[in-house]
Amino acid sequence: MSEERKLAYVMAFNEAVSQAMEADPDVFCAGEDIGAFGGVFGTFGGLQAKFGTDRVVDTPISEQAIVGLGVGAAATGLRPIVDLMFMDFICVAMDQIVNQAAKLKYMFGGEATLPLTITTAGGGGLSAAAQHSQSLEAILCHIPGLKVVYPSTPYDMKGLMMACIQEDNPTVMVKHKRLLGMSGHVPVEPYSIPLGTANVVRPGRDVTIVAYGRMVHESVAAAEKLAADGIECEIIDPRTLQPLDTDTIVASARRTNRVLVVHEAVRFGGLGAEIAAQIQEAAFDHLDAPVGRIGAPFSPVPFSPALEQHYIPSSAAIEAGVREAMFRNKVGA
Amino acid sequence: MNISPEVQFDLHRRMVRIRLFEEAAGRLAEAAKLPGFLHLYVGEEAVAAGVCAALNDDDHITSTHRGHGHLVAKGGDLNRMMAELMGKSTGYCKGKGGSMHISDLSLGMLGANGIVGAGSPIAVGAAFANRYRKKGQVAVAFFGDGATNIGAFHEAANMACALHLPIVFACENNEYGEFTPRDQTMAITDIVDRAAGYGMPGVIVDGMDAIAVHEATLEAVERARAGGGPSLIEAKTYRFYNHHGVQNLGLKYRSDDEVARWKERDPIFTLEDRMIENKVATRQQFDDIWADWRAAIDRAIQFAEESPLPTPDQVLVDVYTTGGAR
Ligand SMILES: Cc1ncc(C[n+]2csc(CCOP(=O)(O)OP(=O)(O)O)c2C)c(N)n1
Ligand SMILES: [Mg+2]
Repeated sequence: MSEERKLAYVMAFNEAVSQAMEADPDVFCAGEDIGAFGGVFGTFGGLQAKFGTDRVVDTPISEQAIVGLGVGAAATGLRPIVDLMFMDFICVAMDQIVNQAAKLKYMFGGEATLPLTITTAGGGGLSAAAQHSQSLEAILCHIPGLKVVYPSTPYDMKGLMMACIQEDNPTVMVKHKRLLGMSGHVPVEPYSIPLGTANVVRPGRDVTIVAYGRMVHESVAAAEKLAADGIECEIIDPRTLQPLDTDTIVASARRTNRVLVVHEAVRFGGLGAEIAAQIQEAAFDHLDAPVGRIGAPFSPVPFSPALEQHYIPSSAAIEAGVREAMFRNKVGA
Repeated sequence: MNISPEVQFDLHRRMVRIRLFEEAAGRLAEAAKLPGFLHLYVGEEAVAAGVCAALNDDDHITSTHRGHGHLVAKGGDLNRMMAELMGKSTGYCKGKGGSMHISDLSLGMLGANGIVGAGSPIAVGAAFANRYRKKGQVAVAFFGDGATNIGAFHEAANMACALHLPIVFACENNEYGEFTPRDQTMAITDIVDRAAGYGMPGVIVDGMDAIAVHEATLEAVERARAGGGPSLIEAKTYRFYNHHGVQNLGLKYRSDDEVARWKERDPIFTLEDRMIENKVATRQQFDDIWADWRAAIDRAIQFAEESPLPTPDQVLVDVYTTGGAR
């Protein structure tokens, strides 16, 4: 049965695209090396063989034109999936993403509809250095008109990618490079997970950890260690970063009275700041400790593994963050 | 033009140095001793050597993701290069940049680059500063065929021509961008056709022939220094290994036959044959050159291996010149 079927994160992405293309002839893909080669991470593997070169298009190295192609085709009735190989390369296409895709509907008085999905690969941990390892999701979340999705499991990947393709707004789907090979339960049949719904990864009474992408797994590892000391963490994965499921996060904060937000991006100006602000606005009286934030130090991603391993937040750092939140209770009590 | 025997030996030595450095890097990567991505320059040595031999130490170059060859040809220190590839604190970038960001500003090498096409606008800036200071320096932008499809290249080429700057655009056309053949991503065959659109002269040279590349560069550099503005050189060349790493991993984007045909035109061996034929050099001389540089590469590997890793406190160093947020 389909409950038993396991699939890698990367193949869950692939399957969502494939099923969406089967269901809707208006869906097509474009990007660098995605056709014959199947994408440098294998994300589009086999799709050109299946759907042909008209629907799975190898583009020149032209990020602005790749996103522009998606904007124009979406505005005129197609449902494009355009790929930017590394998240760092969104910077090359920033005008098309920020000034065009995100704003067309609004600027045209609601007339334009942009069912556009931009897919990309974010995150570090491969010694890929400062221009191939970034976590730039906060920049995207700051832009009204864009939706931003960041799955942490194969199951969420398929359901969220399907939702992105069906969505009538421009969305950015971020895959984490270190999760590509992760295997997990993925139903065979098509399904979608509504954008803007968080997932409670692990219930717990003592402290809430809000984490997304690879940091969900680091948080689970930390939670398992803390459980041995009797500290029960509730882990919430927002899955969609814009729109953010604030209700689920706040409800948890009211119950546990302590929150730690974790992300791989630099701490300063990251999603953690927004989430912490929303929690204190909505649940100030319920908090027994300041909302903690774990993120990368304020520097570009270093190349050397000797530096990068200290740069990317670890389960040990998360564990320490939780203990700090708990310690305040003991001091105050 | 008549290229002297000394210059021929110079071109040869630069190419041998690149070849041996890259082969060693490839071996280390296969032994999992190099972290990160590795884009090898093997096969394209004649371009970096031919161009850089026409430059002075204080001329500038911008490079690409395939950048080791450019730095070696510009006179880069092999020890510091190898240490950088290993992520050591003695490396050119103190372990923070790695292969894709290797640089030596004292040699005018403004960095390999992880962003395709990003080097050309920076070369325009260096050319602008060079003319501003009136010291007669020039700038060279190295880039691939694939990079000419990106906006940054077009903006740089146009601005350089509009401002009539002392710059040479050196295209390494190896017929592929990653795993996609060039003819699928542009409707022209020769990159040089783009030059006319910006109003600069362009030439095609055999990128497997260091002497031909060198002659074309001398002419372009002379024009730039004399105030004659930008030029474009398209060197037809080929990478012998995979886009990154060594092995082709069974990938079928290039036929074995095509790879073999280009390897027959190995830029180093064809130059050696020619120099021997012209009685400019003997086999023994070449054997000695290879042996000398092999020893230098071995020393570089040893230096890199014995060098310390950067300490964690270095993460926040050099984000800003002074001060900054945490
Ligand atoms: C802006 C940007 N887009 C895509 C990439 C991924 N990428 C790295 S190298 C490369 C191919 C470059 O081709 P070319 O310019 O011909 O240089 P070559 O690798 O052949 O030397 C691509 C697409 C990148 N690094 N930067
Ligand atoms: Mg190329």
